[in-house]
Amino acid sequence: MSETHGIIASFADTPSFYHAAEKVRDAGYTKWDTYSSFPVHGMPEAQGQPRSKVPVFTFVGGITGFTVGTLIVWFMNYFDYPLIVGGKPFFSPVFPFPVMYELTILLAAFGTLGGMFITNLLPQHYNPLFNSDAFLEVSGDRLVIAIESRDPKFDPEATRRFLAEIGGTDIEEVSN
Amino acid sequence: MTIFAVVCAGIFPLFHVGRVWFAWWLFPLPNANAIWPQFRSPLEWDVFAVSTYGTVSVLFWYMGMIPDLGVLRDRAVQRLKVGAYEGAGLLAKGMDVFRKYLYGIFAMGWRNAGNHWRNYEMAYLILAGLSTPLVLSVHTIVSFDFAAAQLPGWHTTIFPPYFVAGAIFSGFGMVLTLMLPLRAIYGLHDLITQRHIDNMCKICLGTGSIVGYAYIMEFFIAWYGANPYESFAFINRGFGQYSWAYYMMFACNVFTPQLFWFSAVRRNAALVWVMSIFINVGMWFERFVITVTSLANDFLPSSWGYYSPTIVDIFTFFGTFGLFSVLFLLFLRFLPLMPIAEVKFVMPAADPHGHNDSTGGQH
Repeated sequence: MSETHGIIASFADTPSFYHAAEKVRDAGYTKWDTYSSFPVHGMPEAQGQPRSKVPVFTFVGGITGFTVGTLIVWFMNYFDYPLIVGGKPFFSPVFPFPVMYELTILLAAFGTLGGMFITNLLPQHYNPLFNSDAFLEVSGDRLVIAIESRDPKFDPEATRRFLAEIGGTDIEEVSN
Repeated sequence: MTIFAVVCAGIFPLFHVGRVWFAWWLFPLPNANAIWPQFRSPLEWDVFAVSTYGTVSVLFWYMGMIPDLGVLRDRAVQRLKVGAYEGAGLLAKGMDVFRKYLYGIFAMGWRNAGNHWRNYEMAYLILAGLSTPLVLSVHTIVSFDFAAAQLPGWHTTIFPPYFVAGAIFSGFGMVLTLMLPLRAIYGLHDLITQRHIDNMCKICLGTGSIVGYAYIMEFFIAWYGANPYESFAFINRGFGQYSWAYYMMFACNVFTPQLFWFSAVRRNAALVWVMSIFINVGMWFERFVITVTSLANDFLPSSWGYYSPTIVDIFTFFGTFGLFSVLFLLFLRFLPLMPIAEVKFVMPAADPHGHNDSTGGQH
């Protein structure tokens, strides 16, 4: 119950928050994150994060949609029950193009939203950080950096001192 | 708003099928004789276009709200922790418990992490990119329903771009109609600024002029194409039994937005609102003119007639007003009217390079 989840520190304004994130990155911590109620320009670089993987999910969704669109028209109108309509061919890649196109977009959109959830490991309705009153203020105007105890470099004393050195205030230990 | 409009828009084709209980024939399912729907028909394309449009709009709308739902959840939790319900009664507390769980469930555990934002911003950008061609495709495919028919007045290649321009035109008109009263009632003058209204008016002017060009070009092609049925349809449109609707449409859609050339007009919110109503009326008449004039006077003079709406038509139409208003007002009451996170993002204080002065943090 009282096991430490991590240590959180608050920062006064966006520039000091941004530069503190760079220092945490350079200190070699890995299990940590920044928390702010708006996306900060350039923060992924300051945190040393790579480019988001969401486009991969979009691409896979789009390809799946295009294939499914082509296959349902082929299966329904050519393979399973061929029906002559207006003397047109049973199957052609031209006339069902709207269907293929729409399904591409539809599944790409689902892939994008699903990809956002998967890459962010959501839904995750419980997180120990929410136990902290200060952390709840993040969705207001507080800017927080949290270093988790599962980080190999984590040390209750040294990490606390480090967060104070880089300008953190209201330093608080969050328990599980 | 799109979603509520799509909900309303879904009702009309549903009743249009005539036998509502057969509406599932539209979906790619085999019927009782194991025959599948056939995909050479624009109506079948339209099923996919409209349902994709509706679904992607819902996804985009929901995703944009996730951080804001997190804000509402955190506020409810904070109030519950402080417990400041003295004199406010049990109901106020109960509402916050309700908010904590309901907003909490839909916020999906969003906790504003830098890692969340990184993936979220990428996903938001992609969804915005996917929605843009969708706007073009949905109206293009709707116009195919008409353009692929043989009826004079419908069978024209100008329909796809013409419908897209008309859709943007009427969409901006409708947003102005709803937004200006909201801005006045809730005092959102710092969020919806004069610059926004100016730009929306200019888009109405641009697209309204494109629509006007399309009206004139239709007449030109009817003459230039030398098809007697086509030219009859257009002479009938301009001078026949429905000419009153045609002139109403032309005046509202082509002449009204021309006033937006003047900045004095764009700065007068009340006048802009009145003009946005004219745009809505004009666009309603555009659909009326296209649909009714061609059908009322088709190839066989013996089947000609004069259409006037029945009581059921009128009530269905007003019913959609009611449905839209209920959904829209519920949205205003229970969900964030303005995207909170997006507003914060453009504040000078959100700039990481410390140029948070009156210049707006440019670097």
